[in-house]
Amino acid sequence: MSKLSFAYYPGCSLESSAKEYDVSTRKVADILKVELIEIPDWSCCGASPAHTVDHLFASAVAARNLAIVEEMGRDTLVTPCPECLSAFKKAIYNMSKDDGFKKKVNSLLDKPFNLNVEAKSFLQILYEDVGKENISKKVIKPLIGVNIVPYYGCLLTRPPDVAQFDDPENPISMDTILETIGANVPYFSYKLECCGAAYGVTKRRIVTKLSGDILKTAIESGADAVAVACPLCQQNLDLRQDQINRDQGFDFHIPILYITQLMGLSFGLSASELMIDKHNVKSDHFLEKIEKGLKEKEKSEKESISSKN
Amino acid sequence: MRIGVFICHCGSNIAGTVDVKKVAEEAKRFPHVVYSTDYMYTCSEPGQLEIQEAIKKEKLDGVVVASCSPRMHENTFRRTVEKAGLNRYMFEMANIREHVSWVGVDKEANTKKAIDLVRMAVAKVTLNQPLFPKSFKVNKNVLVIGGGVAGMQAALDCADGGLKVILVEKNPSIGGKMAKLDKTFPTIDCSICILGPKMVDVGQHENIKLYTYSEIEEISGYVGNYEVKIRKKATYVDWTKCTGCGLCMEKCPSKKAFDPFNEGIAPTTAINIPFPQAIPKKAKIDPNYCRQFIKGKCGVCAKICPVQAIDYEMQDEIVTEKVGAIIVATGYSLFDHTKIKEYGAGKYLDVITSIQYERLLNASGPTSGHILRPSDNKEPKTIVFVACVGSRDKSLGVPYCSNFCCMYIAKQAILTKDHIPDSQSYVFYMDIRAPGKGYEEFVRRAQEEYGVKYIRGRVSRIFKRGDKMVVRGSDTLLGTQVELEADLVVLATGAIAEEGARELAEKLRISYDPYGFYIESHPKLRPVETNTAGVFLAGACQGPKDIPASVGQGSAAASKVLSLFSKDLLESDPQIAHVNEMLCVDCKKCIQTCPYGAIEEKKTPMGKIVASVIETVCQGCGLCTATCPPGAIQLQQFTDNQLLAEVKAFFHA
Repeated sequence: MSKLSFAYYPGCSLESSAKEYDVSTRKVADILKVELIEIPDWSCCGASPAHTVDHLFASAVAARNLAIVEEMGRDTLVTPCPECLSAFKKAIYNMSKDDGFKKKVNSLLDKPFNLNVEAKSFLQILYEDVGKENISKKVIKPLIGVNIVPYYGCLLTRPPDVAQFDDPENPISMDTILETIGANVPYFSYKLECCGAAYGVTKRRIVTKLSGDILKTAIESGADAVAVACPLCQQNLDLRQDQINRDQGFDFHIPILYITQLMGLSFGLSASELMIDKHNVKSDHFLEKIEKGLKEKEKSEKESISSKN
Repeated sequence: MRIGVFICHCGSNIAGTVDVKKVAEEAKRFPHVVYSTDYMYTCSEPGQLEIQEAIKKEKLDGVVVASCSPRMHENTFRRTVEKAGLNRYMFEMANIREHVSWVGVDKEANTKKAIDLVRMAVAKVTLNQPLFPKSFKVNKNVLVIGGGVAGMQAALDCADGGLKVILVEKNPSIGGKMAKLDKTFPTIDCSICILGPKMVDVGQHENIKLYTYSEIEEISGYVGNYEVKIRKKATYVDWTKCTGCGLCMEKCPSKKAFDPFNEGIAPTTAINIPFPQAIPKKAKIDPNYCRQFIKGKCGVCAKICPVQAIDYEMQDEIVTEKVGAIIVATGYSLFDHTKIKEYGAGKYLDVITSIQYERLLNASGPTSGHILRPSDNKEPKTIVFVACVGSRDKSLGVPYCSNFCCMYIAKQAILTKDHIPDSQSYVFYMDIRAPGKGYEEFVRRAQEEYGVKYIRGRVSRIFKRGDKMVVRGSDTLLGTQVELEADLVVLATGAIAEEGARELAEKLRISYDPYGFYIESHPKLRPVETNTAGVFLAGACQGPKDIPASVGQGSAAASKVLSLFSKDLLESDPQIAHVNEMLCVDCKKCIQTCPYGAIEEKKTPMGKIVASVIETVCQGCGLCTATCPPGAIQLQQFTDNQLLAEVKAFFHA
């Protein structure tokens, strides 16, 4: 595989509430020999607040970053965060569909964006550019013996015209990666359900109902943990889990981990290196189960070797 | 020459956006025009009489009518001028409706364009020559393609009328979709009980020659004289010997073959007779599953067959038949629900299609008529039907209504209650379309007598929870989301064009719509004719339709063939290519170009080798005329001179 190298946009979440997503992304990229060059002087992508106010403004905020990537001489912006991804993809989509809109956006920028950059999620890079063969080569501690269900949320594959990634109704990219790193992936019917993020501030009960249903279905399907690729999904399922339990009368304690953290574990990184202890719901039991699975595997392998001898 | 021009108002269709009086006035100034007028409806009886009177009074020898498309009324007006003593080809039509008034709103521009078109038609008609059709003999055999209920009806009506019928069916048995159905709406009569005897009639009729498991390879010729090559696909069983005893099916060790007749809801054996009432009741081997073909050894059926009918070496065979007319009754296919990911993309065993459910209801189906869901063979108590799966959905490329799903859903829901009295059925629907005789009452019965719950709304997602299927959708009447836990979900998959419909259309030279359904000659007035003479349509190949409509069309197509064959001789169209032997240099370019093989070489009495057109084969396409270097070959009625006259008339205005 020739060396992969991309312009990297962490975004605001990955600097704060989702610091562990940034850390684990960079570590996993390093092991997989994917160079991530942080975009110099990157600024807000415009995701949450801007587009509710003004589409032109939102696109301009996103396009400023894309123009810098153009200046870097790169053709791909990579971001782990689906909100950022969606902001960039929408800006590119709207500007390429409407020349007048493109001109308006560029009139607001110091340097124009000429549509020579595409935006991809880090998940897409892992799934399409790195590929499962190269991922499996780096797995030294496969996550044997644990059941993990992937939760994709709403933005990674939608709207399909804009996202242009995986299947909008039945995505399998995270499923595939989880299987590649040794985990068992049970059938999970809620992998695209709404977590209610948009009502996080105004109508909490909606969020705890919707997110609670996701957790309930995950546990019913036998999951030991949920894999996510989105800071907002992570936040709603993890940080709010006590809230959900209180509101909905549940008693859930299911770890919500980033796909990159799970990959890091399988690549032999420690839980503290991957900042897994930062989450609200502790992963101790989950991590023990992985170790137990590994030991059992080693034991059975030794037995089969000695029985052969 | 003395030319008359007649401008039609077509009510307000033309006169609304074209100044017809001005067009008629202008036409008076064109060369050779001695008479010009306008009329409300030129195609009406008084309109036609006016033309005939003018021909006599003004001694006209050429007529131009400016009205609608020639596809609509060219023949009408040709007959009009013929009755008044003119040759029918001394007539030209200017299309100022479809090409002018219907497509433009600017009256001034429209009027100018109409005047241009009339001037061109006048220029052309001055060069028209009287042409005379030749008569040719008609082969009175008829080919019916497709042995579903429409094709069977057409074949039986033709055969009863004394015609020899060649019936070609691509499946091993005739019967089509109807043979798979359990009951039929709105009478709940047993489908195979009413179809079976008809199938026997077809199989035994002395005037019907049946080719099943056969497909159309090639069609050449023209109305009255078609030649058809039929591919008889290898069955690996000699059908002249096979008695349909079924011993081979009992002993075949390969029991996991895909069963197209049961829509894959249960497997069959590699050698099989598709169903008990099959016509012909003969066995065939599916080489994809037969051990003899896969592993090279087995031979059980060859050993067991009491009449030694098994022939593993059998090859496809091509046979040729000559016919005078063709009835196309190739039916339809069903939308592939695996394209819909939100409904599980075919992954869930307990999400099945309506036709699969039909097989579960059917007494001769894999469950002997007991409704058992595929995943665990348990009797389902809650059944959800989803309407419009692959119908009325632009995002899936199927914007049209599939016509009969609303009715079969009601039927299946009623039958479900009959089979499992303590069951509850739900139907997610968009609108209920039940316009046939007794149909609305039938749907009402499902709702009121059988307690089927109808929920108006689309289903957004189907997924599994435990051993239940969760159906999530909207109830647009209550304005809320609903979620139902079902034991079994039945998707009412819509009708799509039969696989291979487009390829067959190319062979037949008939047109099809964007979805692959064949286009009739006129949507109201010529519903079973095509624009290719001698080719007729019946059943769902023209668009989704239910059994009564398909049978009606089958009979209609048969009656069209019978009336066509009521004459012994047909007239050929004289608008074909003609060679000026003086100019021909025998370069053979036209022979190479002609797609129909209609040109041959001949020796003139002077000893010169020239091209010669076989008049009955030429289709008048004009390719040869564009190819001919010295312009020796000309399409009569569309000669270079005539077309150039039109162009000149346009530019030299």
